[in-house]
Amino acid sequence: MAYEVGGKTFESDEEGYLVDLASWNEELAGLIAKDEEIDMTDEHWEVVNFLRDYYNEYQIAPAVRVLVKAIKKKFGAEKGSNKYLYELFPYGPAKQACKIAGLPKPTGCV
Amino acid sequence: MAKAPTFDIPAFREDLASPAVVPGAMDHSQPFVASPDHQADLGFPGELVDDWETKAVEKLGELLEKNRALRVYLDSCVKCGACTDKCHYYIGTGDPKNMPVARQDLLRSVYRRNFTLAGKLMPKLVGARDLDKDLLDDWYKYFHQCSQCRRCAVFCPYGIDTAEISMAAREIMDHIGVGQKYCNEIIGKVHKIGNNLGLPKPALINTMEGLEEDVEEETGITVRFPVDVKGADVLLVTPSADFFAEPHVDGLIGYAKVFHQAGISWTVSSYASEAANFAMFIGSYEQMHKVAARIRQAALDLGVKRIVFGECGHAWRVAYSFLNSLAGPWDFLDPKYPKPQHILEVTNGLIKSGAINLDTTANDDKVLTFHDSCNVARGSRMGDVEGGQFIIPREVIKASVNKFVDMDPGTINEKTFCCGGGGGLLTDDLMELRVKGALPRMEALKDVVDNHGVTHMAAICAICKSQFAKVMPYYGFPMDMIISVHQLVGDAILLGTKE
Repeated sequence: MAYEVGGKTFESDEEGYLVDLASWNEELAGLIAKDEEIDMTDEHWEVVNFLRDYYNEYQIAPAVRVLVKAIKKKFGAEKGSNKYLYELFPYGPAKQACKIAGLPKPTGCV
Repeated sequence: MAKAPTFDIPAFREDLASPAVVPGAMDHSQPFVASPDHQADLGFPGELVDDWETKAVEKLGELLEKNRALRVYLDSCVKCGACTDKCHYYIGTGDPKNMPVARQDLLRSVYRRNFTLAGKLMPKLVGARDLDKDLLDDWYKYFHQCSQCRRCAVFCPYGIDTAEISMAAREIMDHIGVGQKYCNEIIGKVHKIGNNLGLPKPALINTMEGLEEDVEEETGITVRFPVDVKGADVLLVTPSADFFAEPHVDGLIGYAKVFHQAGISWTVSSYASEAANFAMFIGSYEQMHKVAARIRQAALDLGVKRIVFGECGHAWRVAYSFLNSLAGPWDFLDPKYPKPQHILEVTNGLIKSGAINLDTTANDDKVLTFHDSCNVARGSRMGDVEGGQFIIPREVIKASVNKFVDMDPGTINEKTFCCGGGGGLLTDDLMELRVKGALPRMEALKDVVDNHGVTHMAAICAICKSQFAKVMPYYGFPMDMIISVHQLVGDAILLGTKE
């Protein structure tokens, strides 16, 4: 599988996760999100950017709890919940948001 | 992926009758195949090897020599039919190849053709057949529609264990270059990083520090979440999902509070930061040994006296049943404690001795039921009495909550239904199978919800928790209805009030 943005091809795995993490850009993220039937709002971008920053530091996406805390800090208590993250990313904040952020899928019993 | 499912959600059965047979209903279902890289990490060939038919039969011959039970299982079926409607995947899909006997026959037919006189001389009369590409394709599809939960074996008058047959088939497939991506990628991560998730040490430390802050903020008490502490008494080996996912992490917080309140020094290891041993799912003794050896190494390096396993179903089967032969002897551990011990045994003992006290009213907003995890129920035990693996989790729950109701007796204890995602099938590419396979558990849950007001179902397995959080909404239940047993303990425990 692959995504095409601006005449360029970006390879992905069977499930649509980007193969080359370094090739990610916002336009591509928008396309992946569209594929996932998600309209990207400021809150969506905040999650995606937080995931990317965390990944750059720790080579893994943050635990859902860590993400909830970060969003709470930024957008207030009413948005700082797992439930709210599922409203943003119905297939699950970890897997779906990682895909849009161009990060590998979390594996294991998750 | 957020789109509507492309399959029908099975309807709750009114009379729990056997489903109508729908031949080929799940013929399209198969997991992604492991890439050559994932195969190489485990020492398996990257793709289907030349002369694979012969090599597969040779491998089967080798397994028959090593594992006498496998030969007995392949020999002893009399086609009585007792197993046919006992598999959750058959109940949820109606596909006759998901009847346990039919699943076994996929391998049994090749066994008969090559290893029995009757099968060599008159194959058609005894259901013997050569392994060809069509049959191999069926192996890949239907041995990945078995969660190795062993429920069928409870009802088989000969005790034939389909899980062993499915493990053998997956082992053979790995050896001819046809591996499953989900399991093999994960086992490779354990070898490289130490856990299924791929969580490196700095991230583990960051996560544990965050939990320490959260608990302190919530309770005002400093509860430690130690990593790599040399000389701790207890090495906690827990599924890496406990560091990452919901509701798992609430269970981890519960373990930490129990250790804190009981004054037990403990640590997790960044080297062996995984309880799960997915090598069991692929039937590979060599890989199982390699994964388990990390726990031994961590225990020696940290100089611990005890090993305690967190809430993980198949990990406890491997730990309880095989850890000594895989990574023993454990003569350097304190002989006063079971080697290894389950966190529920620890907590139950502390509750009984009065070392920790629980306020059940903290959970008065909930009515609980308990899902027995298949590998704990049918592959292990807890405590020192028969059935301890059923008694102890319920004792701990009942000590933490006021309202507890069991589900239908035909769906709990040794007859428990798999969550639908066990045995290496907890992957998005098998979502239809996972949703359909959850049907019998969802039916039993609906019964206690409707008739007893149950609000939450507790579990003691990372796979069960993730599977239910994902599939329950398909059946109209909220995802946060599934919780960790140690979340209940953690919410009820009285911290800092020791008498």
